[in-house]
Amino acid sequence: MWRAPLQGNSMAGLSLELIGLQLFAGLALGSVYVLLAIGLSLIFGMLTVVNFAHGAFFMLGAYVGLWLLSIGVNFWICLVAVPLIVGGFGLAVERVLIRPLYGRGIDYPLLLTFGLSYIIIELVRIVFGKSGYPVDTPALLQGAVDIGVGYFPLYRLFVMAVTGVILIGLWLFLERTSYGLIIRAGARDPQIVRVLGVNIARVWLMVFGLGCGIAGLGGLLAAPLQGVIPEMGGPILAEAFVVTVVGGMGSLLGAVLAGLLVGVVVSITSLFAPEMAKVAIFALMAVVLLIRPQGFFGRAGLMS
Amino acid sequence: MTDRMTISRRRLLGTAGVAVAMSPFSINIARAQEAKIKIGFPVPLTGPYGTEAEDQVRAAQVAIAEFNEAGGLNGRLAELLVRDDKLNPGEAATRAIELIENDKINFMVGSLSAAVQLAVNNVTKQRKVIFNSISQSDTINEVADFSPYTFHEALNPHMTAGAVGRYAFSKFGKKVVFLTADYAYGTEMVTGFREAGKAFNIEVLGDIRHPIGATDFSTLLPRIQAMKPDILCISNFGRDQQIALKQATDFGMKKQMKIIAPILLYTGRLAAGEAAFEGVIGGTSYYWGIENKIASAKAFNDRFRKMFGGKVPSDYGSLAYGGVKTLLMGAKNAGSVDPEKVIPAVEALKYDYYKGPQFYRKCDHQSVQSVFIIESKAAPKDNPADVFNIIATDEPAEANLRSCEALGHKA
Repeated sequence: MWRAPLQGNSMAGLSLELIGLQLFAGLALGSVYVLLAIGLSLIFGMLTVVNFAHGAFFMLGAYVGLWLLSIGVNFWICLVAVPLIVGGFGLAVERVLIRPLYGRGIDYPLLLTFGLSYIIIELVRIVFGKSGYPVDTPALLQGAVDIGVGYFPLYRLFVMAVTGVILIGLWLFLERTSYGLIIRAGARDPQIVRVLGVNIARVWLMVFGLGCGIAGLGGLLAAPLQGVIPEMGGPILAEAFVVTVVGGMGSLLGAVLAGLLVGVVVSITSLFAPEMAKVAIFALMAVVLLIRPQGFFGRAGLMS
Repeated sequence: MTDRMTISRRRLLGTAGVAVAMSPFSINIARAQEAKIKIGFPVPLTGPYGTEAEDQVRAAQVAIAEFNEAGGLNGRLAELLVRDDKLNPGEAATRAIELIENDKINFMVGSLSAAVQLAVNNVTKQRKVIFNSISQSDTINEVADFSPYTFHEALNPHMTAGAVGRYAFSKFGKKVVFLTADYAYGTEMVTGFREAGKAFNIEVLGDIRHPIGATDFSTLLPRIQAMKPDILCISNFGRDQQIALKQATDFGMKKQMKIIAPILLYTGRLAAGEAAFEGVIGGTSYYWGIENKIASAKAFNDRFRKMFGGKVPSDYGSLAYGGVKTLLMGAKNAGSVDPEKVIPAVEALKYDYYKGPQFYRKCDHQSVQSVFIIESKAAPKDNPADVFNIIATDEPAEANLRSCEALGHKA
């Protein structure tokens, strides 16, 4: 096995296994970003709504999970129940609050969801209190397993797997069902779809609910990693926005690739200059915006 | 007519007299005799340390209640003016100025951040108001920030990290990796650990800084594992600490190395759960469990339990109790709230109010006190507050502080 020569303290012990493990950790981290970013991207691509409450839905998923677990519902049922409950709440938000704002310009729903996120966070503080709660990793998923380059927590592998399942399911739904066809058509040209007699309002409702449900699932999956706290949606929302901007607003494939890329960038930066890890995400975004303003797979002009 | 005139004149004079008596001028004179002793108390009620701040308020109220029940300062009672500093130095400075200039407070106690306390201290020292800081800082002891009006009831990083370091380096090994939040608290703690480590010839394999407010450590942990240290020293605070310990546990790191922290927070342990903190060793200024050995702690805990429905005080809460209590006892001993008289009275205190013997060192007004080394454990079913074992006590000694000369004070 080749080992990198020691180059002073900071480079000590930098082996190929470590770099491999680091890349893997980056992909695992990226898969959480992906879960949040695909919802954002889906909602933006279809509804041209920039959903600033997406982080609050993520947090809500964690709290709904916490509540279900505390009344004895097991984790596996939560995996289904939490996205349904949070998605249902998303449906109500779209129907009651966002629908009246369609056709009024992109900043109306943006400001509305921005305010909504504050209200949701404050309500959670009132109901559950300001301090955080621990969420134990499900017994079946505890411990670390050997992945060839080193030991990695089983639960993080599970999160990657769930993300994979969601992505495959979403792809099949969009590409292989007639409903998916309507969604894709609606994203291209809502006017024509409406003329063809499709109830586009219902499609938008479903898409918003779907995006929020996936965000809620992301929150549930994050809970055993970092515990739950009312403010937990803030940092990840910023990261998810970077991912959608890098991947191209409205592009699902872009969100997936950019999410994984951002994870790897954080991970590799952490290896060489850990204090720069947070900045690296935004540096990446700045570089992408300079070279390719619409992001990897974005269509120009969606914001106008 | 004339009589009537006189009467009405008398009436007029009488009314005028009442009016004069009621004017703001005379009210001030009348109130000054019995005005309450006002203690300004800026703490971060909103923000990530809200839980700790709320406990600081509770514990400060215990000190106020005890002082008032004992008759106050010759009948003059004390009151607490709580303000939210939002964990922001600018906000804290604004609140501090308002407390001094509008509310005319006599003393200031509070803060829960190294940066915030320095901002408050800057305001109080310029206006010659006594400030007792109740959060950790080394800088506040140093000559550039210190003033005769500055007191520091909290531990400082040098004392805390020193106590934990001396314990851990003698027991668990010499190869150390630091994982540290990249701001004043973290860097001061690492300096403290490195100082303490010199006597044990520790070998530092890595010194990794993470941004404050990190929610994921998975990209830092594999590298630390590859370094194969005996001890991983994690110096961060609040939620950063909870997440770092949780994720280090998930990566199986506790099987390979001993994890230590300068401070293990009582509230943090409750929020993160037993699995994340299990087996981790750290320091604290106070843990309620010392009540078995220390009578003053028992009395303080009992009073706290009585006032707040059976709750026990947290570490940072107890500092607020100590910080308020020492200033009020100083005022009582001085028979005055005049800072020039209260300062020597507080300096002269040899007190044991809640954690065993303490005193303020003359040169920097740092409270010389014990540091408890604690280990986290699973709480028994019948007592969810029983989360730490006390495994050692670093007794109060000036030798554990940086010397007055090192801080720039003239001996």
